[in-house]
Amino acid sequence: MNKLTIPLLATLTALALTSGVALAGSKDVVVENAWARASIGGNRPGAAYMTIHNTGDEAVMLTGLATPLSMMSEIHETTTNSDGVSSMAPASKITIAPDKRVELAPGGLHVMLMGLQGPMTEGDSFPLALSFSDGGKITVVVPILGIAARGPEG
Amino acid sequence: MRRRAALGYGAAALGAMGLTLFVGWWRVDGPGAPEPPGRLPLKLTEMDFRLTDHEGQRVGPETLVRRPTMVFFGFTFCPDVCPTTLSDISGWLDALGKDTAQMNVIFITVDPERDTVEAMAEYVSYFHPAIRGWTGAQDQIARAAEGFRATYERVPIDGGDYTMNHTASVFLFDAAGGFVSMIDYHEPREFAVPKIRRALEEGTEGAT
Ligand SMILES: [Cu+2]
Repeated sequence: MNKLTIPLLATLTALALTSGVALAGSKDVVVENAWARASIGGNRPGAAYMTIHNTGDEAVMLTGLATPLSMMSEIHETTTNSDGVSSMAPASKITIAPDKRVELAPGGLHVMLMGLQGPMTEGDSFPLALSFSDGGKITVVVPILGIAARGPEG
Repeated sequence: MRRRAALGYGAAALGAMGLTLFVGWWRVDGPGAPEPPGRLPLKLTEMDFRLTDHEGQRVGPETLVRRPTMVFFGFTFCPDVCPTTLSDISGWLDALGKDTAQMNVIFITVDPERDTVEAMAEYVSYFHPAIRGWTGAQDQIARAAEGFRATYERVPIDGGDYTMNHTASVFLFDAAGGFVSMIDYHEPREFAVPKIRRALEEGTEGAT
């Protein structure tokens, strides 16, 4: 390592530390293309999808989800292994870097809606509040599409 | 002279060793290797299980022979993978049009405890009309999965509920019941549709 790169590394480390410590800026978060799939009745779990776009210059971390539609909502991740076996588990904390998007889409990340208070009916919509590490909160209205929908366009 | 003989023996020994290694490779990793157990689905004619379809009819692997077949596993409480797979399949069937009129398209539940005949009937009604839902006793579902070399596992989730991990690939068979190929979860349509066409074509040959 030569002498020139040391100050640069120090600066980068400082930057990384700052953005790591000061998770703020949920006011710069935009939620795009939110949609959910209709449910059959009210006793099966539902799923919602969206793109979370951090338009600011500081990383933000998603810390919680809430909707009157379900008793509990969590971010889940579906993974498929090399044997073709799919499984689903709560995802670890989601941090969205400055100027980056995190996509929640079928087969990857989804908002799992558990303990539905009623059926999710095609054509309806529901509010979903996303809380962030800086205490900020964003509420999006999620349209409910058909059971066979594959994306925000249906 | 002696040295040459020694070299000759050496070469022969090396050659023999090489041959042994080669034979070993051929049998273990090479083209002579047996199919790893549990990798490829059996022929439908070699499977044995009794299930009930979403209209209450008794069905089994013999129901599927004489027509090309597509089979996949899932469960109706599945929020993400299963509706996506059913929706993908509906899209492939639409893309293939009337060519698939003679095809069996079967969704077998891995969660018969919650997926009754009625639950299956309602679920499949939201997708392509060719898709049929099969359920049955736990041991029969297990036998079916074994025949297809599919796996599944019950996993508890928060709040006392459970979800199922399961093989998400789609299995294709020709009309004679022979395994043709598999479509992986999220395989793009430009790969999936030709695979189905192959099962349909091999199906025509197998049927004559
Ligand atoms: Cu989930």
